[in-house]
Amino acid sequence: MNSNQSREESFSYNQKILNYIYQAAETGVYDIRGLGAKRHLPTFDDLVFLTASMSRYPLEGYREKCETKTVLGTRHAKKPIELDIPITIAGMSFGALSANVKEAIGRAATEMGTSTTTGDGGMTQEERQSSKILVYQVLPSRYGFNPDDLRKADAIEIVVGQGAKPGGGGMLLGLKVGERVAEMRTLPEGIDQRSACRHPDWTGPDDLAIKILELREITDWEIPIYVKIGATRVKDDVKLAVKSGADVVVVDGMQGGTAATQETFIEHAGIPTLPAVRLAVEALQEIDMFGKVQLILSGGIRTGADAAKALALGADAVSLGQAVLMALGCNSPHYVDGDENVDVTSEYQALETTPGYCHHCHTGRCPVGVTTQLPDLEKRMQPEWGARRLTNYLRTVTMEMTTLARACGNSNVHHLEREDLVALTVEAAAMAKLPLAGTDWIPGEKKL
Amino acid sequence: MESLDLAAQSVRETNQFFHDLSSSDTREFEILHPNGAHNIAVGLDAPVKVHIRGHAGYFIAGMNKQAEVTIHGNVGWSVAENMMSGVVRVNGFASECAGSSGHGGLLIINGDASSRCGISMKGTSIVVGGNVGHMSAFMAQAGYLLICGDADHGLGDSLYEAVIYVRGKIHGLGADAREEQMEESDYTKVNELLEMTEFNYDPKEFKRVASAKTLYHWSPNSKQFAVL
Repeated sequence: MNSNQSREESFSYNQKILNYIYQAAETGVYDIRGLGAKRHLPTFDDLVFLTASMSRYPLEGYREKCETKTVLGTRHAKKPIELDIPITIAGMSFGALSANVKEAIGRAATEMGTSTTTGDGGMTQEERQSSKILVYQVLPSRYGFNPDDLRKADAIEIVVGQGAKPGGGGMLLGLKVGERVAEMRTLPEGIDQRSACRHPDWTGPDDLAIKILELREITDWEIPIYVKIGATRVKDDVKLAVKSGADVVVVDGMQGGTAATQETFIEHAGIPTLPAVRLAVEALQEIDMFGKVQLILSGGIRTGADAAKALALGADAVSLGQAVLMALGCNSPHYVDGDENVDVTSEYQALETTPGYCHHCHTGRCPVGVTTQLPDLEKRMQPEWGARRLTNYLRTVTMEMTTLARACGNSNVHHLEREDLVALTVEAAAMAKLPLAGTDWIPGEKKL
Repeated sequence: MESLDLAAQSVRETNQFFHDLSSSDTREFEILHPNGAHNIAVGLDAPVKVHIRGHAGYFIAGMNKQAEVTIHGNVGWSVAENMMSGVVRVNGFASECAGSSGHGGLLIINGDASSRCGISMKGTSIVVGGNVGHMSAFMAQAGYLLICGDADHGLGDSLYEAVIYVRGKIHGLGADAREEQMEESDYTKVNELLEMTEFNYDPKEFKRVASAKTLYHWSPNSKQFAVL
């Protein structure tokens, strides 16, 4: 054996896998963590816009009007949701997040004319008051779910699955199950709480159709009903959601985040957001419901470019979760106290991580006070500061989106189309069914 | 008693009628010709009495508050699901998921209830005159499920704080559920539940099932690999 061979790392049993095996052997438990997939996946970064030049006529930068208004839930509801921007806030629970964070999100969403969404554990008074447009989730756990809050909602979202853990239920470890969270969820304080992975009162699409009718009856057919699925068998699931009566289908790709679940779920279940949107649009087109049932896409949407590409591929709106938390300081080395930046790197280190790499939402010890229920940590993220930050972020994303739409010659972001996009990689071209840049080749498509 | 005839008006019109009532209305109504229709009398929030004369479908009296709803027949899935308060009586049999995720109130089923009766219950009380199907009281968090007959396998799987009383045979307990000694407070509770029904049994005939609480904290040593 020569010296080079003795230093060769195994591809199958590399240092990461060795560490995993050593830890599993030592502890006998799998890893639980927060946020979303960290592995390399084909993303919207692998697509680029073919903006206008000779063959298309662009609109002037930030000056000419570019419409962003978005209407969701036109199929059955008397009062569809009308948003100023096609960027919504995804469901995140009070419990996973602090009350301050929920309030900041509500205030920013209201400022930007968009909707926010409750989460496991029910609706808090703070988020109802701060959110002009609030979507009330119907989750398998039904923690805190009640008809009074249902009637206060502007839309309902039935959560069948989540991109980070399709087929799995939620977790809220004991440190986050404080007095208020425990009371809202009718659970003993401090226990590790499991959310069910399937609904208690229906099991399949035929039952769901009747469940949706029940919700419509209770809300007198006034508000839209969304059905949210984690991206796995997207075509079948979108069609079944529509058959069940959904006004809006929310498709959450595998880059979507969570407050806590098994790492093996986060990294090894579901499909990326890029193919998910294409499959969802095809499903709606195949049953002649494209444009009649609206599509919201979520899972790793971070920038205006991501949002614009999602709309170009056929989504009516996008939904942001992790990016919202990051706008509020998630993974930042410091939090802001008045005019002062307070460094918390050492607190990340105590969690055996470092700023930029943290995914320890499940512990409840978030150094910047975003994913915590501990009063001392929660106060590090003040609602006013957070609302300002998130408003700035949402405004930036919107401006980027409209910039790209104008450059493609569109006076409305909803006029972006597939023909405006090409792919930079063969994988992205195959998944999105777009031509590889510089060619007319779409992998998997037969030429006529 | 005022009559609402589902042969002459829709479920939508009927529910809207109830939703438009004052929250202090105490009148008594009967619904004729339900013919297995779903979602009858859902979202009620008034202390009215409603008699459904015949068999009815899914989600009957769902999310009930205050009202006393009696079904003079059998019901489909998820009767009185997510009930907050009031009383729902089924004079016949109930299909799956009866009383699921209920927060309060009382559900009485004279006959049998199928599988997952009381699943995810959060404070409601359920009394079943006959047997219950498998996985009843799955992940039940609070409240009482009193079964006068037998319970099929997987009873009380992943229970939290809810308590189950069974008079007949238990065909199998779910993960983390265990049979416990009946205490004086249990006899009192069973008696209290029976007195709200027409069932005339001796509380001493009942067994108590509750959570062993080994799954309250996530641990490699808990029986997370349990199978039915």
